[in-house]
Amino acid sequence: MAMWFARSRNLVSSLRQNLGLSAILIKRNHSSPRPVFTNYQLSSKVFLDPSTSFRHESTAVESQPDLVQQSDHEDDAQELDFPGGKVGYTSEIKFIPESSSRRIPCYRVLNEHGKIISDSDFIPVSEKLAVRMYEQMATLQVMDHIFYEAQRQGRISFYLTSVGEEAINIASAAALSPEDVVLPQYREPGVLLWRGFTLEEFANQCFGNKADYGKGRQMPIHYGSNQHNYFTVSSPIATQLPQAAGVGYALKMEKKNACAVTFIGDGGTSEGDFHAGLNFAAVMEAPVVFICRNNGWAISTHISEQFRSDGIVVKGQAYGIRSIRVDGNDALAVYSAVRSAREMAVTEQRPVLIEAMTYRVGHHSTSDDSTKYREADEIQYWKMSRNPVNRFKKWVEDNGWWSEEDESKLRSITRKQLLQAIQAAEKWEKQPLTELFNDVYDVKTKNLEEQEVGLKALVEKQPQDYPTGFHI
Amino acid sequence: MASLLGRFCRKLVVPGSAHGSRMVSTTSCDSEAVKSLNLYSAINQALHIALETDPRSYVFGEDVGFGGVFRCTTGLAERFGKNRVFNTPLCEQGIVGFGIGLAAMGNRAVVEIQFADYIYPAFDQIVNEAAKFRYRSGNQFNCGGLTIRAPYGAVGHGGHYHSQSPEAFFCHVPGIKVVIPRSPREAKGLLLSSIRDPNPVVFFEPKWLYRQAVEEVPEHDYMIPLSQAEVIREGSDITLVGWGAQLTVMEQACLDAEKEGISCELIDLKTLLPWDKETVEASVKKTGRLLISHEAPITGGFGAEISATILERCFLKLEAPVSRVCGLDTPFPLVFEPFYMPTKNKILNAIKSTVNY
Repeated sequence: MAMWFARSRNLVSSLRQNLGLSAILIKRNHSSPRPVFTNYQLSSKVFLDPSTSFRHESTAVESQPDLVQQSDHEDDAQELDFPGGKVGYTSEIKFIPESSSRRIPCYRVLNEHGKIISDSDFIPVSEKLAVRMYEQMATLQVMDHIFYEAQRQGRISFYLTSVGEEAINIASAAALSPEDVVLPQYREPGVLLWRGFTLEEFANQCFGNKADYGKGRQMPIHYGSNQHNYFTVSSPIATQLPQAAGVGYALKMEKKNACAVTFIGDGGTSEGDFHAGLNFAAVMEAPVVFICRNNGWAISTHISEQFRSDGIVVKGQAYGIRSIRVDGNDALAVYSAVRSAREMAVTEQRPVLIEAMTYRVGHHSTSDDSTKYREADEIQYWKMSRNPVNRFKKWVEDNGWWSEEDESKLRSITRKQLLQAIQAAEKWEKQPLTELFNDVYDVKTKNLEEQEVGLKALVEKQPQDYPTGFHI
Repeated sequence: MASLLGRFCRKLVVPGSAHGSRMVSTTSCDSEAVKSLNLYSAINQALHIALETDPRSYVFGEDVGFGGVFRCTTGLAERFGKNRVFNTPLCEQGIVGFGIGLAAMGNRAVVEIQFADYIYPAFDQIVNEAAKFRYRSGNQFNCGGLTIRAPYGAVGHGGHYHSQSPEAFFCHVPGIKVVIPRSPREAKGLLLSSIRDPNPVVFFEPKWLYRQAVEEVPEHDYMIPLSQAEVIREGSDITLVGWGAQLTVMEQACLDAEKEGISCELIDLKTLLPWDKETVEASVKKTGRLLISHEAPITGGFGAEISATILERCFLKLEAPVSRVCGLDTPFPLVFEPFYMPTKNKILNAIKSTVNY
């Protein structure tokens, strides 16, 4: 990021001129290398020995009788020793501007018509992979639609969709290895879908039935699967971020060819845990990929009410973290960005931040009506003209890898599977009552045993006070 | 004032170690080597053993690398390396969150919060995440390897932010355990149990005792079971229940009461969550009277939970109302500390009025 300074010594005019001079002072640095992803970078399994990391370098001030180096050069060449190293100093009073005059550009590969922009850097995607990605994006769409309707019909208590964010969900998942440990926020079921969680398993959790791996304890969409390395969703925002730093550190210590990958929304970056998570990952040099889905809205709070920075990507540098902004609705760009970030994280044992720009087409959840705080036109625009699924579909179709016939077949089969999954999930037995008391601790404690005995007796005595179907 | 001076002038004799009859020790055998240690050294020993016996265990927190502000982590970084024992940024929510992540991957994370007074930024991670990690995942995941250590309690000059006893907040959270040792020997055994317990544990260390308490501590690896209270002094007229540093004060009150012909039974609860109701119940059924004492403010303090439970279980056996001798309902004051504290004489007064009810 170019830092530029007003030359005027007059403070007031320098502040005024900061804005005016920006166009003159920005120089496009054409010599900076464009990111090229070599095979070496992608496939390297070289790990830095933790002991060679920067963490344990001495921060002691080097002993020098003169702290200030006398030189004939300009002010900036003189250096001072402080904890943290040498820093040049200047006698001009200059403030770093609150923002760059130019926003950090957004990496994209496909244009809105699904055509690859010429000279794009990207990692090629095979037909097999592309078709799978597209199928999963479409499946996610169908799943969201049907579960949302099921909630409207009162069959499940709650749901939240990922409409508009299918590319982030699927393309990021496709770019990871199954050993990478995912700590989601809550709008990333596509990652779990990609890894093999079945429609039945999704439905079971939403219905909280006996087959739910979460044992009916949490609201719908709070999926989790240790088998798929997908940590259980929890409602509090951003709590997963420092945990991801710990997970990454664990993988580093085990010298695994894997990293932690964690998701957060634009709103979540305001939480203290965002700061904690990024700072810890950076200091601990942990392999973590932080993916921020900047979808413009945190329930009804637009990003203009969330932060004053240029989004989230600029915050990475504040923590010493390499960052990139990507078009979150461009599946190829997301794939390349996440794949590159993942390789960097693992081979260099460092965190990476990705800001994926997108739009939350759906309401925040089934408890929300977003037309109350945003224009229906805006929603419609993103739904139709900036649809990530359609955009990728065009590219896949243009390659001759997908047809309308494939499309209608996929949609109707998936829809049918989902309806069946819901019907089956609804019919499943409920969890036995004892699961209310299990897993609070590894072993049921005495107070819980007593409470279970008491509750069972009560339910047997006054069953009319309680819902039926819970086996005692 | 005398008690305050006494605190500064004397090395404390640890409760239960010399006075009165006590239950058979659950710790060392006579043949094992012991060493006279203070509390921070006993904690240090426990940490050495924990890291030695499990290569997948970690100790971290603010200033832990050089030995810690209370010297509990002395020598660990040198011995086990900076990858396992390290300083963290100054961020309690990060410390605990990072620890949860490590623990969720099957490691033991023994994290240090520099003062219990600063644990609150981590409250969300402890209550909403650590405590519910196993339950909400249907036991697919857990962070049982997490142990959070924090110095707590009055130190004579700590004021609002170096004296707090926040145990009551955590005793209200299903899914975690809360453990408070009374002495060096207890601390080593309880800390090892806490670290090895497959549930997240909050371990409060009475900072007052870090240097003040000295006891013979077995040098070997031993554990004291959690959720088992101990009768450290037998008696017949009244049951006293406490934990941590307060037990030394309570024991002095018991000695004074004995001179006046009152026989006091003193119980160290050790684990506050889940707590050993049976031991307290059995004692109160014997004595008919209960007195609870803690430094934390009386309203909503953990004494209220003990009182309510014992009332339910022992109502007809009680000769007098349950007495609570606790801190006042104020922030922990500096110059007023001697007035705020549940002192020996306050306890003695309460013993007498309970017995004479």
